[in-house]
Order: sequence, then structure tokens, then C-alpha cells
Amino acid sequence: MSVAPAELDLPRSADESVPDKPWLTIVWNDPVNLMSYVTYVFEHVFGYTRPKAEKLMLDVHQKGRAVVASGTREAMEHNVEVLHGYGLWATVRQDN
Amino acid sequence: MEMFRPTRDGGVSVSLSAGEAQLLRTLVLPVMDLLTDDRGRDRDRVGEGGDSGVSGGGDRGGTSREDDVFDQLERMFDDNVGAPAPETPDDPVLARLLPDAYRDDPKSSDEFRKYTETSLREAKKYFAQTLLDTLPASGGKVKLTGDQARDWMRALNDVRLTFGVRLEVTEDFEGQLASLGPEDPKFAAFEVYGWLGAVQESLVQALAR
Repeated sequence: MSVAPAELDLPRSADESVPDKPWLTIVWNDPVNLMSYVTYVFEHVFGYTRPKAEKLMLDVHQKGRAVVASGTREAMEHNVEVLHGYGLWATVRQDN
Repeated sequence: MEMFRPTRDGGVSVSLSAGEAQLLRTLVLPVMDLLTDDRGRDRDRVGEGGDSGVSGGGDRGGTSREDDVFDQLERMFDDNVGAPAPETPDDPVLARLLPDAYRDDPKSSDEFRKYTETSLREAKKYFAQTLLDTLPASGGKVKLTGDQARDWMRALNDVRLTFGVRLEVTEDFEGQLASLGPEDPKFAAFEVYGWLGAVQESLVQALAR
């Protein structure tokens, strides 16, 4: 008699076991990026209105960070790649 | 420097003195060099292995051909496993230009970096190259399309990030500058950093119009 290793029946990664939790794109405050520039990037990259982009920029500036988008892990990683191209300090994490 | 102005076709224009053009060139070139330095990583080989594996996989011909495909896939797999995983750069400037995508998950960060860092470096070099290519050597009028203007904006931002890290700029930049005497070796660099901020601000305002 043999027992299959339990790992074989487990999902490949922890991510797949909690599909209901969305992934987030987070932008962190830094002392270099201009407020006008960050607002412009949010408008241009995400298609947000000026007021929404400004609100998010102020959240980053005053609270130290803001969630700027949520969705699939792939989409959030794509966002982060684009934001890094603009020099914004952006990271991905799963909502908790 | 005069301010950037929006043009009717969605671009911007500005007039630069010879000194300003020379200064911009001098500031962008080291960032380009920094992004080009690959610190001996061998990631290109990994990319090539992946490409040939995928194209070979489409061919379902004879047995020997399939063996080739499996051989290729195996090599590709070995390459990916055997290649040193790119990690957060040691240089704090590069670590800021090419930041970790995950804050508390080095494994996911390295995995993300493995597939994106080369293209991010290339993108940043492309933005810097646009600036260098459209900069009149002896100054004068610069006319940029919207795309070129956004390349400039990003290239200028990368230069400012470089200065920001090296000078350890804080939110209180004005206070830092005021605390330095004109004879301080950092004074000129802080002034250049401030000037770059004004140039970028003007460009953003012209584009956001």
C-alpha cells in the first residue's frame, strides 16, 4: 500500500486557492516624483478623470501609499511594469 | 529657460540655450550608461532559449523532430533553472529605477524581475535616447510630438530619481538646499536637481493642458 504525497493534490500555489481575493496595484510615496507628474501618469495610464487622479495622488502623498487599481494578478503586474517605466514606485499584492 | 508650450497637434515646444541643451545631454548620458551596465548577468541567453523552444514546439513532425523539441524544451527549462535569478540591484539608484514589484515577497519579485527587467531597462534607454536624439546640440527650438514629449518626461524623471537617491533628497528639498552653503560640494547638484524639477513641471503642465 502506498500513499500519494499530499502535495500532489494541493493547488500548485497558494494564489489558486483563494481566487476570490483580488490583486492590487499600490503606489508608494517618494520625495522625488512631482505631484503634477503623478497625477498625469494616473490619468494617462489608467484613463482616470483629473479629479480621480488627483485624489489618488493626494492619497499617495498624504497617506504614504494608495491602491490605484485592482483585478487579476497578471493585470496588476502589467500595471506595475508600466508604472515602473514612468518611475513611480509601484508594487503588487493580493488583497487581504 | 522658457516654459514648454503645448502645440496644436498635441505635442509641445520649447527653446533651449546651448548651455541648457548641453546640461541635459550631460545629465542623461550617465543614466543611459547605468541602465546599460548588466552586471554580468546572462539573461539574454535565457530569453533566446525560450523563443526557440516555443517556435520549435509548433512543429509536430517526425519522431526525431519531436525529440529535438523535447530536447529544446528541456534545455530551455534547465536554462531557466540554472540561470542566476536577477535580484534587486545593489546600487540604490538602479534599485529605485528598477524596483521590486512585490514589497515583502522576494521570490515573486525575482520571478517578476526575471521576465520584465530587461524590457524595462530597454524602455528607459529608449526614452533617454529620444531625448538625446531630439536635443539640438547647440540649443534652439525643440518641437516634440506627444509621444516624444512623454519620452522626455520619463527620461527627465529617471534623471531626477538618480539625483534624488544620490543626494538623499527628502520632501523638504527647499530646506535641504537652504541648509547648504554655496561652497558645499553638493550645492550645485541640488541646484541642478531643482532646475530639472522646474523643467519637468513645465513639460507636464504643457502636456496636461
